[in-house]
Amino acid sequence: MGELTLGVFPSLVGSMSLDFAFKLAEAGMAKGHKVNMWLSGNAVMMAKKGQKAFKDYSHNEKKMKELIGKGMEITVCEACAEARGYHKEDTPEGMKRASMDWYLAKTVKTDRLLHIGGE
Amino acid sequence: MGAVKLLFVVQRPPYKSENPRLALTHAIASQTAEIYMDDGDSVVPTVVFVGDGVLNAVKNQNAMKVYGVTSTENHIKSSLMIDMPVWVCKEDMARLGLKEDQIITDAEDMGAELKTTFVSYADIQKEMEAVKHLLFF
Repeated sequence: MGELTLGVFPSLVGSMSLDFAFKLAEAGMAKGHKVNMWLSGNAVMMAKKGQKAFKDYSHNEKKMKELIGKGMEITVCEACAEARGYHKEDTPEGMKRASMDWYLAKTVKTDRLLHIGGE
Repeated sequence: MGAVKLLFVVQRPPYKSENPRLALTHAIASQTAEIYMDDGDSVVPTVVFVGDGVLNAVKNQNAMKVYGVTSTENHIKSSLMIDMPVWVCKEDMARLGLKEDQIITDAEDMGAELKTTFVSYADIQKEMEAVKHLLFF
């Protein structure tokens, strides 16, 4: 099986691109692929714990935790997070924080990179 | 695995979104990515400005004065300083009425030897086919 890395940049609320990224990750894992996800730019807010689910907004925290539990590696851009006032203690269990070089390094071994750009 | 080529394609204009800045900062991060990689592996990025993205390469930006933040120009010069190729699409410059003397062509003030390269759509297409991964910003 292969390895897929998703570079995800869209905001938590405002577009459905982040929802798409999680659906794609889930589909990839269901096929037996290793999936990595890099959250950067406005997408870092996806990785903030304590989000409240409203029917009017996308809510992916449950799905994200489920996929982490199944082995998906999710890493958040540390600088992007800090710039938004989101600190280490706000990070959900199982999620990593790193600088942008983590994402660059993943491009070496991954079979496919899908870069889902921000707004 | 060896050296893996990446092409960062920047199509958004500067200061309207975070995308061009993220493209440049991610590309520059290739310099320190080795801490996560096996010995002998490396990433070799090229940044190309296309469409309205060529506006990122206009020189004499005043982002620090106006917004209090580092300019895209500064990031482009930093890229040249670390010998990272920076390309600007000639056809899109012509479409926007931009001449070469309006574009950041070097970073001699930062000690860089590498200069900006003006390329055609055909050159970009060829590079897109040659790299392992494309990253659109």
